[in-house]
Amino acid sequence: MPLLEVKDLKTYFATGDGVVKAVDGVSFSIEKGQTLGIVGESGSGKSVTCLTIMGLNPKRRTTSTGEALFNGEDLLKASPSRLREIRGNDIAMIFQDPMTSLNPVHTVGTQLVEAVTLHRNVSRGQAKKRALELLKQVGIPRAERRIDDYPHQFSGGMRQRVMIAMALINDPDLLIADEPTTALDVTTQAQILTLIEKLQSDYDSAVIMITHDLGVIAEIADDVVVMYAAEVVEKSPVDRIFKKPHHPYTWGLMGSLPRLDADLERLTQIPGQPPSLLRPPAGCRFNPRCAYVMDVCRTKAPPLEPVRGDATHLQACHLDEETKDREAARLLHMFASGAA
Amino acid sequence: MTTPAQPPNETADGTPLTGDELLVVDGLQKYFPITRGIIFQKQIAAVQAVDGVTFTVNEGETLGVVGESGCGKSTMARCVMKLLEPTGGRILFRGRDITNLSRSAMRPYRREMMMIFQDPYASLNPRKRVGFIVAEALELHKLGTQAEIKRRVQELLEVVGLNPEHYNRFPHEFSGGQRQRIGIARALAVNPKLIVCDEPVSALDVSVQAQVLNLLKDLQRDFNLTFIFIAHDLNVVRYISDRVLVMYLGQIVESGDRNNLYDSPQHPYTGALLSAVPVADPEVSRGRQRIVLEGDVPSPINPPKACRFHPRCPRFVEGRCDVEPPELVLRGAAAPDHLTRCHYPLERWPLTVDEMRRREEAPAAAASEG
Amino acid sequence: MVRYIIRRCIWAAALFIVVTMIGFVLFYLIPADPAKFACGRACDEAQVQKVAHYLGTDRPLYVQYGRFLGRLVPFSFSGGPHFKAPNLGHSFVNRQPVTSIVGAAAPVTASLVFGGMILWMMIALPIGILSAIRPRSLLDRFSMTGVLIGISAHPVWLGLIASYLIGYRLGWTPIAGYANFFHPLYAQPGGPVQWAYHLILPWITFAILFAAVYVRMIRANVLETMNEDYVRTARAKGAPEARVMRAHILRNALLPVVTMLGMDVGLALGGAVFTESVYSLNGLGYQTIQSLNNYDSPTVLGILVFATTAIIVLNLVVDLLYAWIDPRIRLT
Repeated sequence: MPLLEVKDLKTYFATGDGVVKAVDGVSFSIEKGQTLGIVGESGSGKSVTCLTIMGLNPKRRTTSTGEALFNGEDLLKASPSRLREIRGNDIAMIFQDPMTSLNPVHTVGTQLVEAVTLHRNVSRGQAKKRALELLKQVGIPRAERRIDDYPHQFSGGMRQRVMIAMALINDPDLLIADEPTTALDVTTQAQILTLIEKLQSDYDSAVIMITHDLGVIAEIADDVVVMYAAEVVEKSPVDRIFKKPHHPYTWGLMGSLPRLDADLERLTQIPGQPPSLLRPPAGCRFNPRCAYVMDVCRTKAPPLEPVRGDATHLQACHLDEETKDREAARLLHMFASGAA
Repeated sequence: MTTPAQPPNETADGTPLTGDELLVVDGLQKYFPITRGIIFQKQIAAVQAVDGVTFTVNEGETLGVVGESGCGKSTMARCVMKLLEPTGGRILFRGRDITNLSRSAMRPYRREMMMIFQDPYASLNPRKRVGFIVAEALELHKLGTQAEIKRRVQELLEVVGLNPEHYNRFPHEFSGGQRQRIGIARALAVNPKLIVCDEPVSALDVSVQAQVLNLLKDLQRDFNLTFIFIAHDLNVVRYISDRVLVMYLGQIVESGDRNNLYDSPQHPYTGALLSAVPVADPEVSRGRQRIVLEGDVPSPINPPKACRFHPRCPRFVEGRCDVEPPELVLRGAAAPDHLTRCHYPLERWPLTVDEMRRREEAPAAAASEG
Repeated sequence: MVRYIIRRCIWAAALFIVVTMIGFVLFYLIPADPAKFACGRACDEAQVQKVAHYLGTDRPLYVQYGRFLGRLVPFSFSGGPHFKAPNLGHSFVNRQPVTSIVGAAAPVTASLVFGGMILWMMIALPIGILSAIRPRSLLDRFSMTGVLIGISAHPVWLGLIASYLIGYRLGWTPIAGYANFFHPLYAQPGGPVQWAYHLILPWITFAILFAAVYVRMIRANVLETMNEDYVRTARAKGAPEARVMRAHILRNALLPVVTMLGMDVGLALGGAVFTESVYSLNGLGYQTIQSLNNYDSPTVLGILVFATTAIIVLNLVVDLLYAWIDPRIRLT
């Protein structure tokens, strides 16, 4: 049994303009100790998917359907009090902006202790000892003194370390990291990614890494889910998707990315804008921006199906296998020939 | 602060100038004073945001500036644009010293130097129509009649890939990428020579970022523009730049031709930056080692002595790096315009973490290898 | 910290001098002669001159101002250096020491303002928080309508309506007057119960405007804080809603309210003119109007000195308090 299995998850928000289908039929699963990368641009539904699993969407005007089975228990049907037991204990989450994710009026020690005492029946002294232990593990220098400092006294990278300490303090089975390095500088990003990888192997936790950066995915993910306009368009083990991407949107993402290892003459850009989730396009949601669009794409939504000869690699596109082979090869050839 | 008179044909550090450079920045300094006092404010320290930056920009090229937050790249850009008053050094634009020009004397130059900002949401006045925003500089400089200006605005909107019919809309009716296009159209309106781009794509999604980067490249080709392109994303800088400066704590630590700098970096900081960038290829990323720097960037109020990078440097040699400030010069067998501010530059690239850590017994070997 | 307080005190002194100087100049510019007023209609020119000399108003402005400041300084060198009580001079009208006029009026205004503050916070806190928790709910719409009415209703109008309906028609409360808390004058009501009984209507009248303003401010602050990332972090930790509200929303949302409270109370101490007038409370605002009508500049300036000091001190207290409850603020 997978640690977390998400089946046909849908999250709709009622707004004044109509219903925003923020997540529309997303399925994936993750095993213990694995890292799943969810990649997509803003508004693709990757963050909302995870907030739905955590039960953290605002309750009013939100409807979520489908299943999110965590160790076999459906989180969507769990009571609020049961969800509170799970949150921060079995599933922990870290967020994009470390500058605003910690409460400015409490010391980091207080906030770490809170995370322990909410789930463990221990004294404050014991909780503080645990907090200190975690701060040391995530590499906060002079942790004994810094534990009584306030968040604004830490740099961005150090605050993200505190967030990670807080997430891992109850030894969760699953860590959801929502763009944890996007707001950080590249050397700090390297520190944080290295730390997450190390802690993951120490604790054998599973990690869901939400990011818009294919580079981060390539560095730390085992499996990849590509989301576009609230849907999964491609899902695969990391090596296969980078070796042979199957969906035109994935090609677009890869081609849009300026690369350190290649001297590109011109980026392959995806024309236009992502669609409104109030009124997504009929058929394949990518069809108005797709260079390979066919008539069928405008009427029939392609199902998420395994590619030929590989049951672990799923994709949702009507294009024939030959075109895909050719285009994926052309893209990779461009990177290889641009490489210095 | 007065600048000592410099011979017009060389910079303070002796770099010869041909006179054809579009922009010369020579020993630029910007200190922000920190004051303290009960009634009278005494200066007790200074944030050394930019400390002795020298570089030139030639017409038609793109100079990329990379560095992490707090390295002084944005302050440097604002000084070049004369949005901030430099503390020291001088700025030559088309051979003319503009460092101490008054506001009115600066006006004709303002037309030739424009700026594009990071945040397309914050840099456009939400209460003005797009047509007005783009036309503002034209009207300020009285370039044409109402009808001519309107025609020019529509032309500009088309050039940057927006619908010219939309000149009557407000900024909030556009997406982030489109707003950045409006910012670009505004900068282009007066036919500038130089455009300083301060993190213009950092707030954008990958696919929109690619659109804007391609647009900037096209515009450069079509209008013979010169860019100073400031970004923290090394991938983006590699794509757009001809030459690159790497800044750390207010100083240039390495500068050179884009390919030389990316393919054979010399400064350990550049090396660490390059190794820290995630590569979108699992095979490549698995096969290499991340050189993870310890700790945070030190405070620019009291920067480390001698080499500013020495407390975090994997090749730190006690008694040299913390005593003798390295100069930004040509090292070893590097290409002639590839300058590095380091006593012990990298011999080759890539290096593993162990190879980065220099063994102290062989300090002389560094210069001869390469 | 000490440095900060010293600097604030120096600024306070400078502000104090500027405010009193403006007060002086304004009185000098008024084309009425206080001596004539004090002397009465029957006085001839010579008598007015005499009175003017006696009051000191025949001296140049800077001499008058210097003497005013000299009286305020709490020590003196005449007859050997010694400390003395600061003195605000005497009223032109009835020769009473201004210090005692202010001393009599200040407790009335203070009772009104501090009692009113407690009342308005008791109204504003629960309503503001509940409205923020359920935005656009029935309660929220109801309270926002109330806010609009509260802000639009003038205290004089409110006061007249309340004293007519509650005081006169229903006879539940006195319609005017003040009762001393401690030592009532002979044959007048006094003691805590009478004090509060007389102040019920003034408190309500005074509190309604502020309650309305504060409901709106608290609601907006709480709503804004609820969307902060750290509140989401607290929920992600598994904190129950009550705890999220107490430890992570209210503490942060109410910080700016403390500042506003300090400023508003300081301002109101300068004179809750309307409420005092309606209920004939002999407080600072009421006293100011009477003294102004009589061109009694020492009394007006005395009240000005008191109000300025109150505002400066309260603001300092608020800033120190703020630095204590908000760790991000360092006073330098």
